[in-house]
Amino acid sequence: DGVLMFQQVPMVEIDGMKMMQIRAILSYIAVKHNRYGKDLKERALTDMYVKGITDLIQIIIMFPFSPPEAKEKNLDSVKKRATNRYFPVFEKVLKQHGQDFLMSNRSSWADVQLIEAILAVEEKMPAVLSTFPQLQAFKIRMSNMPTIKKFLQPGSPRKPPPDEHYVETVLKIFKV
Amino acid sequence: MSGKPKLHYFNGRGRMETIRWLLAAAGVEFEECFLESKDDLTTLQKGGFLLFQQVPMVEIDGMKMVQTRAILNYIAAKHNLYGKDLKERALIDMYVEGTTDLSELLMMYPFQPADKKEQHFATLVDKATNRYFPVYEQVLKDHGQDFLVGNQFSRADVQLLETLLMAEEYKADILAKFPLLQKFKARISNIPPIKKFLQPGSQRKPPTQEKDVPKVMKIFY
Repeated sequence: DGVLMFQQVPMVEIDGMKMMQIRAILSYIAVKHNRYGKDLKERALTDMYVKGITDLIQIIIMFPFSPPEAKEKNLDSVKKRATNRYFPVFEKVLKQHGQDFLMSNRSSWADVQLIEAILAVEEKMPAVLSTFPQLQAFKIRMSNMPTIKKFLQPGSPRKPPPDEHYVETVLKIFKV
Repeated sequence: MSGKPKLHYFNGRGRMETIRWLLAAAGVEFEECFLESKDDLTTLQKGGFLLFQQVPMVEIDGMKMVQTRAILNYIAAKHNLYGKDLKERALIDMYVEGTTDLSELLMMYPFQPADKKEQHFATLVDKATNRYFPVYEQVLKDHGQDFLVGNQFSRADVQLLETLLMAEEYKADILAKFPLLQKFKARISNIPPIKKFLQPGSQRKPPTQEKDVPKVMKIFY
C-alpha cells in the first residue's frame, strides 16, 4: 500500500510520521526524550557504544534462525563475542568512571541497549556475567529503574525469547 | 601533529569510503594511515586504539572514533549536514539507512565466492531498481527541490550520490528509468568540494578489484 518506504518492517507511526529503519527510529526517540547525551561528543560516545551493542544483539537475533547443525557453533560465537569483545569494554567504562551509567550520571540510550543485550545473552548463558562484577551491578541498577522494572514484568509489551513458532512465523511472513 | 582527522583503514573503499565522501563534502582535509597487513591491524588492537577491535577508526577532535555510523553522525552534525531539526534529522536518518543497505550489497560483491557472484549481482540490481531508487526518485518528484531534505544540502545527498555512482559502476544504465536521479547526480556532482573529490588525484578510492580481495581478506581474517 506504499506505507513501507523500503518495503520493510519495523515501521513505527510516531508524531505524524511513518518511520522506517531501526536506527532512524531509535535515534529519533532517543533525542526526543533526552537519552542521547548532552552534547556532540557525548552523542559520539553514545553512538559508538550503541553500535557496538547492536552488533552483538544482531548475532543474538540471528541465532534462532541457524540450521540445527550450526546452532552449537553459533552459540559459542555469541558467547565469545560477548565475553571477549563487548562486555569487557563496558565493564572497563563503568569501572573507570565509577558512575551508575555508561554516559555519566544520567541513563541514556546506550544503557538501555546494554541491559537488553545482557538479558538476551543471559537467556542463553546464565553465568555469562560471572567475570564482570560492574556489569552485574549495572544490571541490577538498570532493572530496578521504575520504567524498566515495569517493562520487565509479565504483561508488558516486552516480547518473550524466540521459539520454534516465532521462527516459523518470521520465515513465512518474509518468505525466506 | 596536525588538527586534521586521521583515518585508519586499508587502502580501499570498504566501510571507510562513505566517511571519506562526507569529509570531502564538508570541505575537511584528512590524512590516511593504511593497514597493509594483519600485523598493522594487530598493532592497533594491542595498542588499545580500537574500542571494539575493529576498523574503521578515525582520530578526530581528540577522540579515537570507531563504528562507521557513529563517525558519520559526528561529522554530519559538526558540519551542519544533518538537517535543521529533529524531524529533518529523522528523514535524513531513514534515507541514509536505505543507501547504507544498498551500498553494503554493492560493497560485498567482490568478496562473493565465484559460484555466488551471479546471484548476488542479480539481487543488487533488483534491489537497487525496485526497492531503493524508486523511493528517492519519488522523494525528489514530490517536493521538486534540489536536495533530498529541507531544501538544503545534507549528508543524505552525499550518501545517495555515492551510492548512485557505485551502482553505475556495476551497470552503466542502472539509472535509465530514473530521470530525477540522473539530474540529481549531475547537480550534486557539480558542488565544488564534491567535484574536487571526483577528480583524479583525490582521496577517493577506486572500486575494489578481484585481485585486491585476497590481500584484504588476509588483513581481516
